[in-house]
Amino acid sequence: MSDSLFNRLGGDAAVDAAVDIFYRKVLADDRINEFFADVDMDKQAAKQKAFLTMAFGGPNSYTGEDMRKGHAHLVARGLNDSHFDAVVENLGSTLKELGVSDELIGEVAAIAETTRNDVLGR
Amino acid sequence: MPIIAFDGREYLAEDSESVLDCLIRHDVSVNYSCRAGVCQSCMMMMKEGTPSEASQKGLKDALKAQNYFLMCSYVAEEDIAIARPGKDFQSVETDVLALDRLNADVLRVRLVRPENYSYFPGQFLNLQGPDGTERSYSLASLADGDDFLELHVRHIPGGKVSGWIHTALKVDDRVSISPATGDCFYTPGQPGQNLLLIGTGTGLAPLYGILRDALHQEHQGEIHLYHGSSTAEGLYLIDELKALDAVHTNVHYHPCVSQGTPPAGMTAGRADQKALEETGKLGGWRIYLCGREDMVKSARQKAFLAGASLKDIYADPFVPAVD
Repeated sequence: MSDSLFNRLGGDAAVDAAVDIFYRKVLADDRINEFFADVDMDKQAAKQKAFLTMAFGGPNSYTGEDMRKGHAHLVARGLNDSHFDAVVENLGSTLKELGVSDELIGEVAAIAETTRNDVLGR
Repeated sequence: MPIIAFDGREYLAEDSESVLDCLIRHDVSVNYSCRAGVCQSCMMMMKEGTPSEASQKGLKDALKAQNYFLMCSYVAEEDIAIARPGKDFQSVETDVLALDRLNADVLRVRLVRPENYSYFPGQFLNLQGPDGTERSYSLASLADGDDFLELHVRHIPGGKVSGWIHTALKVDDRVSISPATGDCFYTPGQPGQNLLLIGTGTGLAPLYGILRDALHQEHQGEIHLYHGSSTAEGLYLIDELKALDAVHTNVHYHPCVSQGTPPAGMTAGRADQKALEETGKLGGWRIYLCGREDMVKSARQKAFLAGASLKDIYADPFVPAVD
């Protein structure tokens, strides 16, 4: 489908352009960077990339169960809605920086939003 | 139908079936996760055949140069042979050519380069000690020019292999080494890119190889080398590096001493801190970090936050052996 969100955003190239900017924002954000400190940066970047691909409506094989398992240790450390909001905010500002329209940013945020309850283990 | 050779066996791939799907269908135990070319957990090395562009998407240049590829993103059209990363390698024996002291703790070990021994300066090899214990040492020699392999070995207190190298090893002794591996080396293609090389202690070994390789390949961008130690006595190859700095306008050597007042011509402070302070924004730079694990880890994050792309940060942390 040529007019899928993923293609309208620019596909793989858009994910590649976004991943460094997004990860850098997250690491520099004192509200949430404690959850990202002390991890293997390569693995973390690969995860960020997988997350962005999913949020951009691209091919992925994430399940709600993966999301729950992958974040359970962070929920135990206090991960909550405010942190989730901060990540979505960084996602939005990344896309804005890349010149993506507000409309498309809204669509991306809506996809990210569908993972909230799984990420927060609810 | 193409044949995929792996781990001493051969598997028939069906049309338009990815290498990963083929191995899974044959119940071969391999790592994978996303199956979408993203997570890189199904990365392998292609020993025969040429990886497609799609199957190397997202991999570092250093890995691409070594024929690494993602199994989920490659459909074999011809027979290929693949191997797990870093394994399926045969060790070779060679002779010690020369042993020279670089400072009180560091010995320069030169080995005869075995025939057809290929490597990139900055990669590491595993050298076998007397009881079979292996330790990793980085290659400081120039693959395209030096006919020997050069390692810098620091005497670790109680170190099984470094202690043996420092006290028992003699010229003409026979040693066993693995093929070179690792992704911390110079890759051509962007001759104008600025390079920042930061190393502590014998982290200079890979950086010395990378620096000379970059110059050998006529790198045009600025090259800043920060070599740090707690004392001036811990630094080495100072004259050689000063000479490179003097001869090449784009080479800048910064010896750093973190404790006490340094001698004239050296900087007071930790190499990583000074390097990041003095270079500032790192967008577009390529960074090489070699040495103590904690230094590499923190410098990596700081370089990334200073604007360097993750793909442009090459790290070789020296992880102490536990055994």
